[in-house]
Amino acid sequence: MTGSSMTLDQILVEALALMFLYSTPYLFAALGEVFAQRSGVLNLGVEGIMLMGAFSGIYVISSKGLGQEPMVGLLVAMLVGGLMGLAMAVVSVTFKAEQGISGIGFTLFGLGLSSLLFKSLAGGVITAQGEGFQAVTIPILSDLPVIGKIFFQQNVLVYVAFALVPISVWILNRTTWGLQIRAVGQNPAAADAMGVNVDRVRYSTVILGGVLAGIAGASLSIAVTPIFQENMTAGRGFIAVALVYFGGWSPWRVMAGALLFAIANNLQIWAQILDVQIVGQSIPPNLLIMAPYILTIAVLVFARQRKRLEPAALTKPFMRGEN
Amino acid sequence: MMTRRLFGQRARLSAADLVVWIVPLVAVLLALAVGALLLLALGANPIEAYSVMLDGAFGDQAALFRTLTRATPLLLIAIGICIAFRGGVINIGAEGQLFVGAVSATAFSLAAGPTIPAPWIAILTLLVGFLGGAAWGAIPGILKARFDVNEILTTVMMNQIAIQLLLFLLSGPMIDPEQIRQGTRISQSAQLPESSWLPRLAPPSQLHLGLFIGLAAAIVIYVLLWRTTLGYRIRAVGLSKDAARYAGISVPRYLTLALILSGGLAGLAGSVEVTGVTHRMVEGFAVGYGFSGIVVALFGRLHPLGAIPSAFLFGALLVGAEKMQRTIQVPSATVIALQGLVVIFVVSSELLVRRWTARRQARALPSAPVLPGVPASASHQEVSA
Repeated sequence: MTGSSMTLDQILVEALALMFLYSTPYLFAALGEVFAQRSGVLNLGVEGIMLMGAFSGIYVISSKGLGQEPMVGLLVAMLVGGLMGLAMAVVSVTFKAEQGISGIGFTLFGLGLSSLLFKSLAGGVITAQGEGFQAVTIPILSDLPVIGKIFFQQNVLVYVAFALVPISVWILNRTTWGLQIRAVGQNPAAADAMGVNVDRVRYSTVILGGVLAGIAGASLSIAVTPIFQENMTAGRGFIAVALVYFGGWSPWRVMAGALLFAIANNLQIWAQILDVQIVGQSIPPNLLIMAPYILTIAVLVFARQRKRLEPAALTKPFMRGEN
Repeated sequence: MMTRRLFGQRARLSAADLVVWIVPLVAVLLALAVGALLLLALGANPIEAYSVMLDGAFGDQAALFRTLTRATPLLLIAIGICIAFRGGVINIGAEGQLFVGAVSATAFSLAAGPTIPAPWIAILTLLVGFLGGAAWGAIPGILKARFDVNEILTTVMMNQIAIQLLLFLLSGPMIDPEQIRQGTRISQSAQLPESSWLPRLAPPSQLHLGLFIGLAAAIVIYVLLWRTTLGYRIRAVGLSKDAARYAGISVPRYLTLALILSGGLAGLAGSVEVTGVTHRMVEGFAVGYGFSGIVVALFGRLHPLGAIPSAFLFGALLVGAEKMQRTIQVPSATVIALQGLVVIFVVSSELLVRRWTARRQARALPSAPVLPGVPASASHQEVSA
């Protein structure tokens, strides 16, 4: 190993801290997808929603936008994500469209619209004003050796993402809404007979999924890499959907998956920084960039054992008296 | 309706048949309307934008030839998508399959070009392209057949892997030696030997023989899907895996085969594009064609013959959008958003089509769903071998 003045320990700490930062976009998007899928809707439009969230979030706080407060950018991204979630809900719940294909439609729409807006509104270059989301150091805890740097000097989005994991578990398992979500995802006809409004529950989860995908996009453009590029999500939205399968629809295991993929992302970054060599030659960067995608396929093969956990009504539109 | 008479199906046009074709057209008009609002909001004049598009696509003979040239790979991809979707596999991986097909064809043509005589090298190059795409499609196909892995996600991942593979090959092992000599290092391959180029039909336009390869493929795949046992089995698996299994059809085998054929046609599209138009692989080669091909297939109602007019329409849309970007500076990304809207509207309109035709179906034979996983919809194709 060459090309670095840091000690190996310092590099490791840095890499672990980055792992949490890079896992946030995956985590937000995948948690949103957990809600949608637990209610029986496969939202494959996450990728497009993330792109729109990423663009709108950073555009709002660019020099052509509204100011430099990152929270405003985040709120706009949530709003845009929620609106796209609403549109997805109309298509998949009210119009009962095939969910895999309509999701691809939303992905194309988000990809095209974010590129179009990027070029026509922002002229192809966006730089955020201000400092973006700053690291929030937690008093006392952040001073702990090693752990302090890894866990307690992150930006606010990282804390929120990880706090959402137990909150999601609690909502799904301990609240009436959560019970309704699970009922609607397992047996919509029975839920309907019990007086649950199947469509309304599904609308709520798909919109929530959209809001979280919007945050996921904004966390990418505001917090992780403070720029916007066309198609900057590069498949992360689809990876988030894969994480839901990998995690067996459980927020805790989805979190583990998000951390795993953050490592795969960092693998590429760190191999470049550390200049890892194989037989005297550095690994071509393009091959390292492949890592998360190959890992996704591997993870999906592994996840087939979780198939029994799949919500029974996943991808099946509900039509009273027909299912 | 000539084609249906030709192929021995009902020739009489009923109101429901009309709906089946009108609804997607309305969906496209709706998408264009939303697009117009979008352009208006961005301060562009939508009427001007659309008329520039129209002019760019059909304005004169050169424009028409450009549209046909662009429609060629879209048609081949869309035919492949028809096979996959009819066979119950949602192949989103045409983009990657096209890249791998094109890059294998290029590698083959560069390596074997000096040794194999003229017509054969071109034919073999196309075949290698088909095989490259088929191999790339086989991976998600086998994973789905053997491990029940969601093919939508794996094909999307295979796209990303193919993009990086392409960038790696074009900037390293396959880079044009000329680029190294001049020190420019642009990511592109050397030019293919002229013996593997497809003949141009109307020089100086780029229109090439590939157009007829596409048209022939559409007919061949139509016959394959609706007139052979193989096609019947692929469609049977697509309609109901349980019923197909009960009928003694090996579901995993035909799922895999559908994805292999689908990938092969995308790979063929890639090799046709490289031997017909660019004559070398360059960075940014055919980007987005794979996704457009899916839209073309859906708009053609997943019918290989329906894909012909559909490919023409979307070829026009893409060529027109380039003109729009050149002359009035409206980004061509508009078309990607429009394609997304078309998919959303076409898929959403299925319910309306289904309701409209439900009454008729109550009296007549039950018919096949158009989209995999959608119960009893409006397709007019009978399930017959």
